[in-house]
Amino acid sequence: MGVSFGAIAVAGGLPVWVPVVMSLVVYAGSAQFSAVGVLLAGGGPLAAAATGLLLNTRNAAFSLAVAGLLGPGRATRLLGAHLVTDETVAFALAQPDPARRRAAFWISGIGLFAAWNTGVLVGALAGRALGDTADYGLDAAFPAVLVALVLPALRENARLRGPAALGVVLALAATPFVPAGVPVLLALAGLGLYGYGRKGAAG
Amino acid sequence: MNTTVALILMLAVGTYALRLVGPALHGRVELPARVQELLSAGAVVLLVALLATGALTEDGGFAGWARPAGVLAGGVLAMGVPPLGRGRKWGKGAPFAVVVLGAATVTGVLRAMGVA
Repeated sequence: MGVSFGAIAVAGGLPVWVPVVMSLVVYAGSAQFSAVGVLLAGGGPLAAAATGLLLNTRNAAFSLAVAGLLGPGRATRLLGAHLVTDETVAFALAQPDPARRRAAFWISGIGLFAAWNTGVLVGALAGRALGDTADYGLDAAFPAVLVALVLPALRENARLRGPAALGVVLALAATPFVPAGVPVLLALAGLGLYGYGRKGAAG
Repeated sequence: MNTTVALILMLAVGTYALRLVGPALHGRVELPARVQELLSAGAVVLLVALLATGALTEDGGFAGWARPAGVLAGGVLAMGVPPLGRGRKWGKGAPFAVVVLGAATVTGVLRAMGVA
């Protein structure tokens, strides 16, 4: 996916350093894609940054969910925060106990950071030579990664299924009418169905 | 070029600030177990909504059939072999790389066959 980001940015006319530096300091795939998309469509930097940040508001919720895994030191917290992504949170939450969650967060965090940025560099250098990455079906890879990651949680905790289903309906219904990034936030309203504190419903 | 630098800076600073919300609040505010449970559930709900919108939509509209078909194939691989009879347990699920490659392959092949 990093390869396709680098390739798309350079194919759109941006210099090689733009996707490379952006990936290192922003490090948020969907926000980078949308920001570059807005920029290349002539939307201007302010609109591009706003779009990207809107998509990244979910990282505030994610960072709350994994805050306990980032400590104990101040430096590791500051470093770990940068590694909070959809994937690292999903990898961490897929683990059964805190020690494994911490390990999963850091291993996937460092691994993905290295892989993503290497991919962006390769893609940016390969540029147009790669052609349309949609031809290889790479756009199906990201949702598939998430499916594989959330399945264990949904299987194990039946109480998550109702809220998740309602969230999906809300997000899909809102998608045509609101800016990118907002639909998944609306999905949080699905939590209204979450009966926390009730035991025995799992299975 | 300056506008590009400004964009990268705004996006980088803003994104990092959002990611600091969790660590900054952690330890200062003692969250009740119920709230923590709700936060974890919220992350799952967000991820599921993200995968659904990512699989089905593109630029505010339908993404076409090829992508959701690939994602569905990935989902089936991740679930393992479906149970054929009552009382059968679901299989273990394919390795991660197989799920991702399977999804991309199905979508790519469908596109090559002319399915959008």
